[in-house]
Amino acid sequence: MSKAAVDLPPKGGFSFDLCKRNDMLAKQGLSGPSFRKTGTTIVGLIFQDGVILGADTRATEGPIVCDKNCEKIHYMAPNIYCCGAGTAADTEAVTDMVSSQLQLHRYHTGRESRVITALTLLKKHLFNYQGYVSAALVLGGVDCTGPHLHTIYPHGSTDTLPFATMGSGSLAAMAMFESKYKEGLSRDEGIQLVVEAICSGIFNDLGSGSNVDVCVITKGHKEYLRNHLLPNPRTYVNEKGYTFPKKIEVLMTKITPLKERVEIIETGDAMEE
Amino acid sequence: MSIFEYNGSALIAMVGKNCFAIASDRRLGVQLQTIATDFQRIYKVHDRLFLGLSGLATDAQTLYQRLVFRHKLYQLREERDMKPETFASLVSAILYEKRFGPYFCQPVIAGLGDEDKPFICTMDSIGAKELAKDFVVAGTASESLYGACEAMFKPDMEAEELFETVSQALLSSVDRDCLSGWGGHVYVVTPTEVRERILKGRMD
Repeated sequence: MSKAAVDLPPKGGFSFDLCKRNDMLAKQGLSGPSFRKTGTTIVGLIFQDGVILGADTRATEGPIVCDKNCEKIHYMAPNIYCCGAGTAADTEAVTDMVSSQLQLHRYHTGRESRVITALTLLKKHLFNYQGYVSAALVLGGVDCTGPHLHTIYPHGSTDTLPFATMGSGSLAAMAMFESKYKEGLSRDEGIQLVVEAICSGIFNDLGSGSNVDVCVITKGHKEYLRNHLLPNPRTYVNEKGYTFPKKIEVLMTKITPLKERVEIIETGDAMEE
Repeated sequence: MSIFEYNGSALIAMVGKNCFAIASDRRLGVQLQTIATDFQRIYKVHDRLFLGLSGLATDAQTLYQRLVFRHKLYQLREERDMKPETFASLVSAILYEKRFGPYFCQPVIAGLGDEDKPFICTMDSIGAKELAKDFVVAGTASESLYGACEAMFKPDMEAEELFETVSQALLSSVDRDCLSGWGGHVYVVTPTEVRERILKGRMD
């Protein structure tokens, strides 16, 4: 450790001190790890009363499914949600960070957050890192100026659209949207269309799978329908369970009893001035 | 060769009924040569919280030391232990801070939270949390471990059955991986006790 200040809570932002070592290892032929991606199909559409967002729930690490039921619709503000595709750590970190910034902004201004605020904060951050923070987002919400839906690309460009899809399954989902979308959809029609688009991604794109999450945001109200549809249940469960033919041999056992956790409740008087 | 395959590792954590189990293999190697057969991958953070670190062994040890440092500071300030969910967020933040020059580690966190509810979580090397309700795996043998756990897992297992399942899943997966093995190290934690067991496996 070179400096004493190295391990105190950092001021924030990224730390690059392992980069030189990692480059040296890469030159020796030891390639870096693959990060968890969220292959993904994420969609959003504007219906007559607000915005509906949808996402699949598969997280992949290379060709392996590491999470069969992850959450890709992230909370930004009570009236704004954001779906994320790309590197999972980046989408989670960037949406968490902007969500905190929006909360501080709400405290500062005393007003409900606007979707355009979230959009600007996100695109500024992503452009700043020139696409290395690999997060492709579909941002939707309803604020005092009406319902809004935006897409944000990893390099920081944005689009404002009535319906949008992102991720590896975006073409499959966009096919459904382009054929069936019309303006002024009702809530049920909108949910139905979003579910069809996500299912089209789930069944046709290998990077997307498992279940469908839907989030409906209207003026003053939001509904997060986690696992709204489960089109891939596990149907081959054996009732009897697994019987193990070989016995496990144990070389050493050590049992440590745990002390019961005691909560101390302060009953004394408050400190005097 | 991937940096993760330099030392070799296998980690698994599984949830049972009011208990959890966390298990690892015991091999430490330098590419294809084995240099230790009793390497510790699972560390105790506090009585009810265990951390397993797979991947590059030097980064695992460094990361463990940093996390224990932060946890001790937390204990001094808050006068209590960290909850597993909080600890998972701390690990995720520390890993993401090094987003463009990461630690080559995949942590597996297992603990008993409020009301002794078991909590398990894993992350990739840049801190993308995966909270699972059944099992999490990490390491060079992870593909076999996924398959073994999917087949052998049952919800709400008691401590003894959970131990049996975790051990069988671990040993059968590391048997098919050259870089991990040489026995197993299993911790089964219930609200009243921690049982640490060393398993006999194939020594090849």
